[in-house]
Amino acid sequence: MANNKEWPLWEVFIRSNTGLDHKHVGSLHAVDAQMAIENARDVYTRRLEGVSIWVVESKNIHASLPEEAGMLYDPAEDKIYRHPTFYELPDEVKYM
Amino acid sequence: MNIDLKYISYLLQFADNSLILGQRISEWTGHGLVLEQDIAMTNIALDHIGQARAFYQYAAEKLNQISIEEQKSYFKSPSIIENLGKLDEDDLAFLRDAWDYKNLLLVEQPNGDIAYTITRSFFYDHFIVLAFEYILNHSKDLQLKAIAEKSIKESRYHRRWSSEWMIRLGDGTELSKKKMQKALEDLLPYVGEMFTHSKVEKDLLGNENLIDLESIEKQWKVNIKEVLDEATLSLPEEMPWMQNGGKDGVHSEHLGYILAEMQFMQRAYPNMEW
Repeated sequence: MANNKEWPLWEVFIRSNTGLDHKHVGSLHAVDAQMAIENARDVYTRRLEGVSIWVVESKNIHASLPEEAGMLYDPAEDKIYRHPTFYELPDEVKYM
Repeated sequence: MNIDLKYISYLLQFADNSLILGQRISEWTGHGLVLEQDIAMTNIALDHIGQARAFYQYAAEKLNQISIEEQKSYFKSPSIIENLGKLDEDDLAFLRDAWDYKNLLLVEQPNGDIAYTITRSFFYDHFIVLAFEYILNHSKDLQLKAIAEKSIKESRYHRRWSSEWMIRLGDGTELSKKKMQKALEDLLPYVGEMFTHSKVEKDLLGNENLIDLESIEKQWKVNIKEVLDEATLSLPEEMPWMQNGGKDGVHSEHLGYILAEMQFMQRAYPNMEW
């Protein structure tokens, strides 16, 4: 497993058969994108989980800081008027 | 020997190749170089064993239609002879001794290091994909075609996996290249058997379900050369003397050890089930 330290980490996104978008499913190690896709195929799609794979090197993902969560997300809590709950939805509109 | 038995013996070559190679690769489970490849190789081992099951089921079905007397002239292993007439896939896998196995010597070779394991698969994967393609294009045996159609998708992925690792490690570090070149040369004496007719294959010549080994060999050489060039590995100028016998049931000592481990439970506790 020593080599693992030298292999970069990749984040894996899988689109399921029925899903419309790719969802983050986990991460793995690989030396390049090609190997990352093949490893993802072997690790994350062996039970028919998906029909399409995206991989991105973890270092290329930029995330918001957990300690800023209060400032970033809490203010939305009392802005109930931003939800479309005040409209009558026709029956024909599904999946809202 | 009954002509149907010869054809069944031919089918058993496919079944035994898949089972023994699958069993061999499964020895890596839990010992892979990295977690991801441990899972990849376990998947591949399971694919091979799945393909073996399909071939064994078909062979067993055909065997059960032949008279027991005639089958007795074919099998040498006492425990399978006791079960003739009602054979299933498990009997064929677990009750035959080495001389009734018809797999290539190549697939029973030890895992060695990862260079050997990949090179062994590389040689076999390129062969079996061409064999399945030939079956799909030429065979009139619908059941065989159905098995080939299902299997070829897996085998094409195996071929991609082993070819890419040939390239990564061949064109890798000085040490990895050296190890790959050595594995390549050490396993080369076992490739000739893939393209040499076994006794039953000779007897079946002219049968439309038989693979044309000559045409496959040509294509195989072109295909592996392409990968080896990219891997900066080279075949020796003169091919070595080729080992033969596996397809006729004459094996290296390795197969005995594989069977001893694989068949232990059925032998020690006959008819046991999970």
